[in-house]
Order: sequence, then C-alpha cells, then structure tokens
Amino acid sequence: MKTAIIDYGAGNLFSVKNALDHLGAPCTVTKDAAELEKADRIILPGVGAFPDAMKALGETGLIDTIKEQTKKKPMLGICLGMQMLFDKSFEFGETDGLGLIPGTVELMTPPDLLIPQIGWNRLIYNGKCPLLEGLGDEPYVYFVHSYAAHCVPKNVAAYTDYGSNVPACVFSGNVYGCQFHPEKSGEKGLQILRNFLAL
Amino acid sequence: MLAKRIIPCLDVRNGKVVKGVNFEGIKDVGDPVECAAEYNRQGADEIVFYDITASHEGRGAMLNVVRETAKRVFVPLCVGGGIGSVEDFRETLRAGADKVSVNSQAVKNPKLISDAAEIFGSQCVVVGIDAKRDGKGSFTVYINGGRIDMGLDLGDWVKEIEERGAGEICLNSIDTDGTKAGFDIEMLNFVCSRVKIPVIASGGCGKLSDFSEVFEKTASSAALAASLFHFRELTVGEVKEHLKEKNIPVRSL
Repeated sequence: MKTAIIDYGAGNLFSVKNALDHLGAPCTVTKDAAELEKADRIILPGVGAFPDAMKALGETGLIDTIKEQTKKKPMLGICLGMQMLFDKSFEFGETDGLGLIPGTVELMTPPDLLIPQIGWNRLIYNGKCPLLEGLGDEPYVYFVHSYAAHCVPKNVAAYTDYGSNVPACVFSGNVYGCQFHPEKSGEKGLQILRNFLAL
Repeated sequence: MLAKRIIPCLDVRNGKVVKGVNFEGIKDVGDPVECAAEYNRQGADEIVFYDITASHEGRGAMLNVVRETAKRVFVPLCVGGGIGSVEDFRETLRAGADKVSVNSQAVKNPKLISDAAEIFGSQCVVVGIDAKRDGKGSFTVYINGGRIDMGLDLGDWVKEIEERGAGEICLNSIDTDGTKAGFDIEMLNFVCSRVKIPVIASGGCGKLSDFSEVFEKTASSAALAASLFHFRELTVGEVKEHLKEKNIPVRSL
C-alpha cells in the first residue's frame, strides 16, 4: 500500500505529504517512473499557472507513465493537478492537459464575485462518488482558484456555487480530481483523502 | 457562497505564544503548536501566527513552529511578522505556511507586495495594516506595531496594495484594538468600499455580537481575534453558533 505523490515542483506537495503522513498512509514524493509503477495509487498536486505546470510535468518525462498507470490504479489530481487532468486549458493561451477526463479549463467570470475564489465553500453533490462518502450534507471545503473545469455532468461528483455551478470534484474511471484542497479542508478534507486511500 | 471566516491569531515570540494588550504588557502563555491544534478542533477557518521576535534566532524558532503545525493542522496557515524580503516569503511558505502577511516592510518597500505576488501568487500575499483616525475625518497608516505614523493616507495605501496584487488585506484599527468595544465598523467600511480584495477585520472584538455586527454592517470576509480566544473568553465554536443563528454563512465542522 503506497501512494506516489508526483514531484514536479508544485507548491502544495508537502502539505499533501503532511496530510498522508498524518493519516498513517505510506507515501513517496517522486519523479521516478518506476515508483509510479510500483505505487498503488498516485496523487498529482498543483498550485500555480497551467502552462508552467504542464511544462514542468513534461520535463519529468512522466506523462506517458501517468497515462498508462491510470488504466490500472486510482489517481487524484488536486487543484491545478485536477485541471491538468482535462484536455486543455485557456490560462495564458491554450495548453494541452493530460486528456484523462474530457473537457476544458477556463477563467471563471462570476458577476459581482471576486476572482480568485479564496475561502470555504460548500460541495453540492451530483450523484454518487466513492471519494465523497461519509462527508454529511453539503460540507465546506477550501478553494483557491481563478479557473474552472467545463465538462459534462456525468464526470462531476460535486459542484460548488460561485456565481454558477462550478465543478468541484470530478471523476472518470480511475481518475479523480478536486478543485479544492482536501489537504487544507480540515476533517472533511482528511475524510476525502481517506476515501481515496480506500479505493 | 463563501463562508465568513473566523481566524484566531497567535502572537509568537521565540517559539512561544504571547499576547500584547494594546501592544504592551506581554505575558507568556502556551505552546503555539498546541494552541493551533486546539483552534483547529474548535473550527477555526484559518490560523495566523504573528512573529513578534526581531532576532534571527526567533525567526528560526518561528519556522519550526510552522513546520510542526503544518504536520498536525489541516486548515490554511498564515504567518506574519518580520517578513521583509522575497526570500523570507519563500522560506516561510516552504516551512508549510499557505499565506504570508507583511505590514511595516510593505509600507517601507511596496515593491515587496508585487514581487511576492508575481513569484508566489496573489493568494498567499496578505498585507496587514495598522491604522488610526487622523483627527481630520480620515485615517492614517502606522508602522512598527502602531508606534510610527507614516503620514500615509489609508485610502491611498489600500488602493496601492490592491494594484500591486495582494490577495487580502488584514485591517487592524489602533483606535479599537484592545478596547473590546467592537470592530471598527467605520474604518472597515472605508476600506471595503475602496478595494475588491477580501478584507479581514481585526481589533476591538470583545463579545459575540461584535462578530455578527461586523458581518452585518461591513463587507468584511473574515474576522480575526487574538486575546479573546487565547484567554478562552469565547471559543471559535461559540462565535460560529452565534453567526449561524444570525443567518451568516459559516463553516460547520
């Protein structure tokens, strides 16, 4: 039972590791393809801008390994790591993502609301997803983002209301993504990570 | 819709929690990591460490406190006090802080705000302000813990902070700080009407109704308190229960 946290220089990498350590879940921070192959599950963290992050991930040479491994084991993308799961993003031009979930990433334009969304907002469930079990009604989780996913409802496990329904938790097969930061969302966030570790 | 945040602040000197009353008469109480864990249990939405140490050794102790807290507390951590350079930002974020707060150094060198926002993102740059009525119907900005009047107009300063890319403003009113007579509604409205970034209210709260008042009468996104929580006069949970009764959205545990 080991989780590989992909190391491509993302800012929240050690917060994610702290949370897994706290949960007693063995994990390794790595940019080694062999470690991803050995691991039972993979986490793709992320903070910052999409093009820089895809470039940094590309430089690790792990993209093909990630695509291959997610056919066999669960992967969780967090924040920018979630956005990178989609086909492409329009942050600073147009950049291809990993293409693991169909959809695009675009700037949010809520009238009369601040961008970025920074703070605690509620999850509005959209059907059932094992990642969000045992959290109670519309739990608050911690968001920091300016861009949001655009995808079909069947890939959305939960939305959050920020001027409109914004995908907060997405999934497709073995691949899961959280736009919020479970590693900074208190007990509810830790429960989401426990759920991921139990997949 | 975003929840209104309740933020306990812990003043730390040489790795220990202290609390200044009107910035004077400091007394030493408690371990900051334990205090942060307790606030987390009570439902704090964010925790602020304010380092009042001026020495190099004190900074090291502060970073250890941040590292240890980040292993146990899984809500956003903000660290302020003695931050004067991009390098200070970097090492504080690396230790596990999610946000860094600058105050006097930003007044002396406003470029620090834009440099930090560019490198680390606006979301982690908080600018703290100590301000006071100038006796002529407006407000001026003070530095060094409220000791030095910079003759800087509060309205001009908050505009500049926003333009330089800060993510949030934490506004402490020297006029109400320590009085326990309520947050400075007038000063908060003055600032909230001039910027679009979130404003954190600080200074003056002494009772439950002060918290509902600040959210009912101002557009503040969060309320910060130190001694009130530190001396257990109120818990974060009690404040949130009160706000919930007043139909103000707060995160429940």
